[in-house]
Amino acid sequence: MGQDVLTEDGLFMVNIGPQHPSTHGVLHLKVWLDGETIVKIQPHLGYIHRSIEKMSENLSYRNFIFATSRMDYLSAHINNEACALTVEKGLGIQATPRAKVIRIIMAELTRLASHQLWWGCTGLDLGAVTPFFYAFRDREAINGIMEETCGARLTMNYMVPGGVMYDLHPNFQKHTKDVMASIKKNLADYDNLLTGNVIFEMRTKGVGVLSKEDAISFGCTGPTARASGVSCDIRKLFPYSGYENVQFDEILATGGDCYDRYMCRMAEMRQSVNIIEQLIDTIPEGDFQEKTKAVIKLPKGEFYQRVETARGELGVYIVSDGAASPYRVKYRSPGFSNLSALSQMAQGVKIGDLVAIMATIDLVIPDIDR
Amino acid sequence: MKTIFLISLSSLARHIHIWLEELIGNPNGVYITEMTIVGISLIVFLVVLCFFLGYAERKVAAFMQIRLGPNRVGPQGSLQIVADTVKLLFKEGLTPTAADKFLFHLAPLIMVITAMLALAPIAFAKDFQIFDMSIGVLYVASVSSMAVIGILMAGWSSYNKYSLLGAMRSGAQIVSYELSVGLSLISIVILTGSLKMSDIVMSQSDGWWLFKGHIPILISFVIFIIASTAEINRAPFDLTEAESELTGGFHTEYSGMKFAMFLLSEYINLFIVSAIAATLFLGGWMPLHFGHWEGFNHIMDYIPSSIWFLGKTFLIIFIIMWFRWTFPRLRVDQLLNLEWKYLLPISMVNILVVTLMAIMGWHF
Repeated sequence: MGQDVLTEDGLFMVNIGPQHPSTHGVLHLKVWLDGETIVKIQPHLGYIHRSIEKMSENLSYRNFIFATSRMDYLSAHINNEACALTVEKGLGIQATPRAKVIRIIMAELTRLASHQLWWGCTGLDLGAVTPFFYAFRDREAINGIMEETCGARLTMNYMVPGGVMYDLHPNFQKHTKDVMASIKKNLADYDNLLTGNVIFEMRTKGVGVLSKEDAISFGCTGPTARASGVSCDIRKLFPYSGYENVQFDEILATGGDCYDRYMCRMAEMRQSVNIIEQLIDTIPEGDFQEKTKAVIKLPKGEFYQRVETARGELGVYIVSDGAASPYRVKYRSPGFSNLSALSQMAQGVKIGDLVAIMATIDLVIPDIDR
Repeated sequence: MKTIFLISLSSLARHIHIWLEELIGNPNGVYITEMTIVGISLIVFLVVLCFFLGYAERKVAAFMQIRLGPNRVGPQGSLQIVADTVKLLFKEGLTPTAADKFLFHLAPLIMVITAMLALAPIAFAKDFQIFDMSIGVLYVASVSSMAVIGILMAGWSSYNKYSLLGAMRSGAQIVSYELSVGLSLISIVILTGSLKMSDIVMSQSDGWWLFKGHIPILISFVIFIIASTAEINRAPFDLTEAESELTGGFHTEYSGMKFAMFLLSEYINLFIVSAIAATLFLGGWMPLHFGHWEGFNHIMDYIPSSIWFLGKTFLIIFIIMWFRWTFPRLRVDQLLNLEWKYLLPISMVNILVVTLMAIMGWHF
């Protein structure tokens, strides 16, 4: 008792995290407050570092892919795809046409599930509990498809170099179509429940503005950057896996505030449904996996592949010395760069706004801290 | 009034009074005994009420959130809340080392006591009140605003930064919203000409204030519901315990039964606020009457007055729960803006209009 809680310049320092309901994991934010207003904010990482990059140096090219499921666990599938694509690039092969289409459908399902979870958590962070249950109901339906297809719900481990691990379940098309139909209906519910709410608009409009210049200089990607008007959808700019053959829009907004980030993701969900509906009836017949050697060895050199995960651009960089496991692996994770813009966005806002900003940049801590 | 039961609550109270007078004789002794009985039955009533409200809240939440809610313990999960209370009773009550022990233990008691005090003038049924005091409305408004002391005390003595922030928020919030609550109550007082709860109820014998067609009364009803939701710290105004911002707000450090007491006081406050709204705007225990529908009015009279009162109260409780489970939370500056820039000016103008109405005799 009696210890002065204020710093020398009269600020009140609060540790938000590593255990805190709104950091969605073990992010630790040191926040200096003047009353309720945030003066300075300092993110601290390292609470969930598992050295996935270092571990990958001792794993074979087949195995290291699955460590990435534990990075951004909400888009585990897309992470795996990025690694598989890099290894394919090194081997100079391509996935079979059937595998390519399966990959796109599964990636978009993952993106939908991830955005749904984000939507529920955003509601929760802003104090509305009900959206969470609506989001989870729909996410469960997608997880059901995932379980049927690859036997797992969260860490799917479905991608292998050259294609996918198993063929699709016979029910896949029907099941997916049913789920898409119900999700299209439910997206209208989402808007009714949260988007048009006057309190929600008050809490998000004009809050945590990220200018286009800042978004570029912090290296933000994904919906966070697109809400500020930066065109950065890898699926459009550097198509992979056959994204060049599907019709969809890159969602751009100009405001850069929490509301625009929110609307970007809501629109992306509709785009994902659109992509899946385009492909679901025309999955080509054929092999689901290209033949590869039992022990994959990449030629000496450096390989890089980028993909668009639910949170932004994921880059996989592999240095190979010709052995059966990578010499060095480096991931460029979207969450890390997006988090770095937090202190810029949260300058001079209230504590409640900080929570709204963190919710709309959609942080997944194990992705930031690998 | 005819009731379907042989004994109405008021005649029961009268019988007990007469019986005690015969038994004891000494008026002071009778008074003390009566108050003891009232105290015990009040505590029993409140515990049962809180069990019911806790269960109702879970079921309402489940209804809003496409799930079932409690359905394992007891029929339809109705004993779940009893199980939870037993759990809380047996939990270790932790006290932080750095906390101010005396204030830390006192705060939950103050919360519950201030909440219970406000029950005194509420008319539960016809002629069934603990105290029909002449300043009833004023008393409720002043006693219920004392809860802020308990919250500030809890936040300050916990020696926790989140608790302190939550307590400071509640200080700003309750003091501001108290004004709007008071002003919206005054509009009824002006029209009735009395602060007494029984007079206010009797003034609605020919129609409830809300349905008499006075627009200013409608406005003050809406303001009262908004402001009193804020005053009892319920969502969307639950900034003092905003869990996604301040983990637990002012009660972060409380556990076990002391935590349960905050919960208890929250539900008692919810009941009081709804009961006041029901009494002032919806006619308290008055049955629903339509002008000249003699038969209909006659049937309505057969429903006991306590059922009318509780029914109206629970309707308003449902509305306040509905707010909680569908709205996001406001930010602290928006909360104060809402009060000082919108609710307070509107209620001030509203009071002027009501006063004019009363002076000119435009009301009926």
